[in-house]
Amino acid sequence: MKKLAVEATGLAKWFGEGEAKTIAVNEVSFTANLGEILYIVGPSGSGKTTLLSMISGILKPNAGQVLLEGKDIWRMSSDELADFRLNKIGFVFQDYHLFSRLTTVENVAIPLILKKCDWDESMRIALEYLDIVGLKDRAYLPPVKLSGGEQQRVAIARAIASRPDILIFDEPTASLDGDTGRKIVEFVKQHILNENRCIIIVTHDSRIFEYADRIIHMEDGKIVEGD
Amino acid sequence: MFGILKIAFKLLVNDKGKFAALLVGITFAVFLMIMMTSMFAGILARSSSTVTNIGAKMWVLDPAVNNVSSSIPMPDYVQDAVRSIPGVRYAVPLYSGGAQVKLKSGIYQGVTVIGLDDATLFGRPDLMQGKIEDIYAENGFIVVNDAEFKKLDSPKVGDEFELNDHRGVVVGIAKANTSGLFGVPTLYTTYHRAITYIPSTRFTTSYILVQPKSSSDIPHIKLEVQKLGYQALTDDEFIQKISNFYMYQTGLGINVMLMTVISFIVGLSISGQTFYTFILENLEKFGALKAIGAKSRELISMILFQAGFTAFLGYGLGVGLASLIIMLAKLRLPDYAAQITNMNLGIAFIMVLIIASISSYIGVRKVIRIEPFDIFRG
Repeated sequence: MKKLAVEATGLAKWFGEGEAKTIAVNEVSFTANLGEILYIVGPSGSGKTTLLSMISGILKPNAGQVLLEGKDIWRMSSDELADFRLNKIGFVFQDYHLFSRLTTVENVAIPLILKKCDWDESMRIALEYLDIVGLKDRAYLPPVKLSGGEQQRVAIARAIASRPDILIFDEPTASLDGDTGRKIVEFVKQHILNENRCIIIVTHDSRIFEYADRIIHMEDGKIVEGD
Repeated sequence: MFGILKIAFKLLVNDKGKFAALLVGITFAVFLMIMMTSMFAGILARSSSTVTNIGAKMWVLDPAVNNVSSSIPMPDYVQDAVRSIPGVRYAVPLYSGGAQVKLKSGIYQGVTVIGLDDATLFGRPDLMQGKIEDIYAENGFIVVNDAEFKKLDSPKVGDEFELNDHRGVVVGIAKANTSGLFGVPTLYTTYHRAITYIPSTRFTTSYILVQPKSSSDIPHIKLEVQKLGYQALTDDEFIQKISNFYMYQTGLGINVMLMTVISFIVGLSISGQTFYTFILENLEKFGALKAIGAKSRELISMILFQAGFTAFLGYGLGVGLASLIIMLAKLRLPDYAAQITNMNLGIAFIMVLIIASISSYIGVRKVIRIEPFDIFRG
């Protein structure tokens, strides 16, 4: 039996008021387990990014709760939430959001530095993670000198550097060609996923569906299939 | 916190174009502010050069006098009355007036003549050449070797000139602590020779120089002099009175203030605009940092550090550049009246702090408002 990573219950989020009110996520409940890759898929505007933001402590829901280790993250203070994101969640953004003025290894070390780790120690650990993603030899280059796939791997190294329980990928293949996209997800499944980690991927790229352990389909803010 | 600040530092300096623009903006603003205020300080210092060079502790003058060169002569009894005030150690007359000298070359040159008390020579300058007692020699004058010295054809001891059809002989060359404001050479002689050689009004005492027995006697002396219808000021008060005249009763103060404000606005515009663009370009990255787990106060400290570092570096460069230019200018132009004072540095520093505060406030507002959700939404 797999251990529970996240339990979302009755999550709802709407924007605007009155006639302008738009319901982005409507009464969504689901669970994600450690040791699995969970896909949240659906067309644009289906509410998957909003859902992802709510379970990662970025966007406060209007209703519902997100339990992590039995604790509702939305009852935390803003500082506790920031610490929660830093220690429990790793983000791989669609556009990577790497600092072009820092070297690759400095980018990877950012979560460690935010965790008040000593600078030299942060660099040493960051190099280890760059080694895991196969980019140790590119450590002192700026990210702009790397290919899209390499930048994606740097973003993965940054996301796992703080050893999070939950790794969140937002459209990981959107900026990559089909081959590279598949290779990245395959790499993630083989090298990043482990029994103490849950990976949640938001995508609408059906070419990588084969790597999912479970898929949740969303439409109009509701789960229409899965969980 | 050190790691975060190091990241902020690298983000700032590795963006070479923007960092250079920020530095140029602040350096230029500081440079202009220092140049403006130091020129003003130099002018004010020169306007009080006689007070500084004479070195008397107290000056008695007509209350209507607002600068050294426009003295209003006082009757002789004032000096006697001042001497009889309890607390006065001694009081001596000083003559200060303008005259034309005819040089050997036949050229006329305006000069300021300072007539020192014959008995004491109180206020005498330090001599580079000659002996002070030679001032008592027939037609003896001491020439001050200041920025205007060349206007008298750089005289040597023994050289002669004419002053109001009287023969004058250079008996000494003196050094001056501060040059005068109006570009006129200064000659020292005895009080009696000065009033003899230069046509004068009914009264001849320009100032009475007073040495109080102690500092505690000064208020009492002032009060007693006031009863006579005159004013007694300490040297600092007299310098302040002269400064106030140039600052508030001429266009000088307001013009310099306007130029300083314009420099401030230029600096604020360049650095504020550049820093804002810098923040805008990195805004998504700051949002990503927030999503990863950076707290708002950490992001604020990054921005404050970046703004502060640029401001202090720009301040240092601006002060250095202004000092260099002033030094070079003084080598070529001895008349150049500019001096950097602690006040100039303080004003520029406060202005730079304001520029850094406003620039970082704009950045902080933006960064605090960015929602990590916006990063996901793209």
